[in-house]
Amino acid sequence: MSSINQYIDLYLQHADLLNQGSHPLINAHRAAALSGLQTHGLPSRKDERYKYTDIDKALAPDYGLNLQRLSIPFSTRYQCRVPGMRSRLYHVVDDTLAGGDILDTPQIFVGPLTLFAERYPEKFKKYYDSESESGKSNALARLNTMLVQNGIVVFVAKGYKESDLLQFINLSAGGVPMLTNRRQLIILESGAEATILACNHSGSQIDHLTNEVVEVWQEEGSKLQYYTIDDTVASDSILNTTHIVQSAGSRLEYASITLSGGLARREVDIYLRGADASVQASGFVVGDGEQHVDNNLLVVHDAPACQSDVLYKYILDGQAVGAFAGKVYVSPGAEQTDSQETNANMCMSPEARMYTQPMLEIYADDVKCNHGSTVGQFNDNALFYMNQRGISPEDGRKLLQQAFAWDVIERIPLLPLRQRLMRMVESRFRLADSCNDCGICISKV
Amino acid sequence: MSQSPDNSIVRNIADKEYEYGFTTDVETEIIPQGLSEEVVRLISAKKGEPEWLLEFRLEAFRYWQTLEQPSWGHVDLPPIDYQAISYYADPRGKKRGPTEIDPELEKTFNKLGIPLNERLALSGVAVDAVMDSVSVKTTFKQQLAERGIIFCSISEAVANHPELVRKYLGSVVPYRDNYFAALNSAVFSDGSFVYIPKGVRCPMELSTYFRINAINTGQFERTLIVCDDGGYVSYLEGCTAPMRDENQLHAAIVEIVVCQDAEVKYSTVQNWYPGDKEGKGGVYNLVTKRGLLRGDRSKLSWTQVETGSAITWKYPSCVLKGNNSVAEFYSVAVTNNHQQADTGTKMVHLGSNTRSTIVSKGISAGHSQNTYRGLVRMGNRADGSRNYSSCDSLLLSPTCGAHTFPYVDVNNPTCVVEHEATTSKISEDQLMYCTQRGIPPEEAVALIVNGYAKDVLNKLPMEFAVEAQKLLSVSLEGSVG
Repeated sequence: MSSINQYIDLYLQHADLLNQGSHPLINAHRAAALSGLQTHGLPSRKDERYKYTDIDKALAPDYGLNLQRLSIPFSTRYQCRVPGMRSRLYHVVDDTLAGGDILDTPQIFVGPLTLFAERYPEKFKKYYDSESESGKSNALARLNTMLVQNGIVVFVAKGYKESDLLQFINLSAGGVPMLTNRRQLIILESGAEATILACNHSGSQIDHLTNEVVEVWQEEGSKLQYYTIDDTVASDSILNTTHIVQSAGSRLEYASITLSGGLARREVDIYLRGADASVQASGFVVGDGEQHVDNNLLVVHDAPACQSDVLYKYILDGQAVGAFAGKVYVSPGAEQTDSQETNANMCMSPEARMYTQPMLEIYADDVKCNHGSTVGQFNDNALFYMNQRGISPEDGRKLLQQAFAWDVIERIPLLPLRQRLMRMVESRFRLADSCNDCGICISKV
Repeated sequence: MSQSPDNSIVRNIADKEYEYGFTTDVETEIIPQGLSEEVVRLISAKKGEPEWLLEFRLEAFRYWQTLEQPSWGHVDLPPIDYQAISYYADPRGKKRGPTEIDPELEKTFNKLGIPLNERLALSGVAVDAVMDSVSVKTTFKQQLAERGIIFCSISEAVANHPELVRKYLGSVVPYRDNYFAALNSAVFSDGSFVYIPKGVRCPMELSTYFRINAINTGQFERTLIVCDDGGYVSYLEGCTAPMRDENQLHAAIVEIVVCQDAEVKYSTVQNWYPGDKEGKGGVYNLVTKRGLLRGDRSKLSWTQVETGSAITWKYPSCVLKGNNSVAEFYSVAVTNNHQQADTGTKMVHLGSNTRSTIVSKGISAGHSQNTYRGLVRMGNRADGSRNYSSCDSLLLSPTCGAHTFPYVDVNNPTCVVEHEATTSKISEDQLMYCTQRGIPPEEAVALIVNGYAKDVLNKLPMEFAVEAQKLLSVSLEGSVG
């Protein structure tokens, strides 16, 4: 029996409770999501995009949901500050904004989904879950829509450029095995700009699954920098569905960095719907133990003269499993498309596994599309070179690992953030317990 | 620079007809349409097969009945009515003996450039000519036999060398492999059987020419090549079919066993009827080809030029079981008009220090869809193995599609796998370079396209390379625009 049934039953039994803890505009989407789930169920590993991650198994444990909206205690000592950069810090526990100042001005809104639905119902209706009817919703997004009660909205009005870094610290902190349905809705009106950093941490060693949906709407000429970091524990799993729609001339810099955790699967769909839109998507994964990291990327060039540049790198140790699938789809008429996709991977141990699948599907002729993927080890010559100069093989390997990571990190344009990320990666290679800032993340090794 | 769609070269060549689309008026014995256990038994009986082979066919047929036609390919394959196909057609007629050849058949093969008369044949190429379900003639059999080489139709091999056929048939592609493999195993007709004994280097190219002639029939040939320790053989395969409005099914299996220190080169120029400009008719080419590099230091090289067929769905593959074995795959796939091709290879590295190379060139024109799909898998014992894949696609029209779906599975940290792919239209810089030097744009395009495919064409034996180049100009240059 499919594990989705337990959630469908749970919804059918507790729909009233769910609705009470949410907003009518959010509740309005539950029925369609339920019907979609009942019709299509969960994808199996026979479905191309889910080949390497068993969704049914991930959802099989009997997770609890915080239907009563009980407040979960957490420590605000999680700071994860980026030195040298002005930032607004928000703590998100489960699906709820638990700390940080809500911004609600004509230029910018940063706050809970329910409040946004209350204050701006028209905007909410325009953007929230708006692509699900066109068949672009997957089973996990449907599950989220069916069960989600609250979330986070970042709305930046036309022409407004938010200079502060908006930093969300997502904490899985419940005391019992829990499923969190987390939701982010990010809307940048034309010409707007914002930089968002989402850090995922874990406050306990208890099994926790986050089913996260991120919807991003970028209107003409807007610019978004969106970075996400997983720095959690082996008992913490995340299934993320990110849906990004870019209008003409918009720019997106997206990076996903997975340093530690259990199962992490990200399905990122980026639709370039207006001419001259561009996206740079990057990813860096360090996996060891029994980590399972699956990044599944789809970049759809629906309009002419758009650019996409994808770079994902993995370093796998222990029994870690890495999977990368990146499809660039060029629709008919999307001429002058320029697309580049690279996936480079290193397996460090005999039990590590890497599956890579860079794909091109092209229906226009005036295009320039490249992709490349490699799986290999460190260059012996480079190690020998360093060894000759007195650097021990172990240090040499670490240096090479850092250099390997640097190719991805250096694509992040903000210097303080870049330095901070590099430090996190370095401490990860040292197998340090935390990123050294607040020092309270629980042991990962 | 504009490549105007109405330039003269384009018009001239685009209008060129499929050269091999004629039919041969020959008395053909065709069994009634339909597929059932009785039909499988009938085919087996007509070929006078031993009991074990009939059993093999029946098992395959029963298994096939439990399967559904697969749909994962990037092709729009309409449902095939397997009951509307005749599974056995013998153009040798009822009255003639098996050794006599109808002069019409001989004429047909002459017209196709495949003389069955040994005196007229190019020296150095032995041919097994297969029309519909039977082998018409195999040339140079005697000379080859002197060296212990067996080159004959698979039916003859079943009769004369049953122990070899029984040992190897289905050992590389078992009938449970896939839907079309099960179908072929149930109803396979003629194909070639090659056995190269230990330490023998085959002195001439071996070649099979497949021709579908009869209407509403399918061709289900089966080829089995066994190259024993230290042997070498270069094998060529060519094929054509008449122009018909109905689609014809071609579901073949090629199995190759390469033993220790042996080398096999397998080259294909596939030119089945691709259908007309509106996409009507054409052959469905749904083929399973696989080589097992069983011995250490064995080598297998697949070279294919795919220009024909309405739908092509095939992945000549290599299982690199022997240590230090080497596999290569070179492919040019050209699609024009409404053709669809989903082709590529699988390289499964099991032994240590194995090496594989994949070079694939796709060229799409008209409204066609051209897909490269490949798998490179490094097993956990494939220490120090390497793969390099390069897949390029050239797009010649705004309405065609070029797709690349490579899969890389690495289960061993000492392996190195590299994959790269590019898709683009013809480079403006290259065109500019040519035109600056006085080469007219149309010729420049032709030149660049030929240069693009050269890497692969160079791997073909000479006689085939010439044919392949001609084919390219017909299939492809006509659509440059």
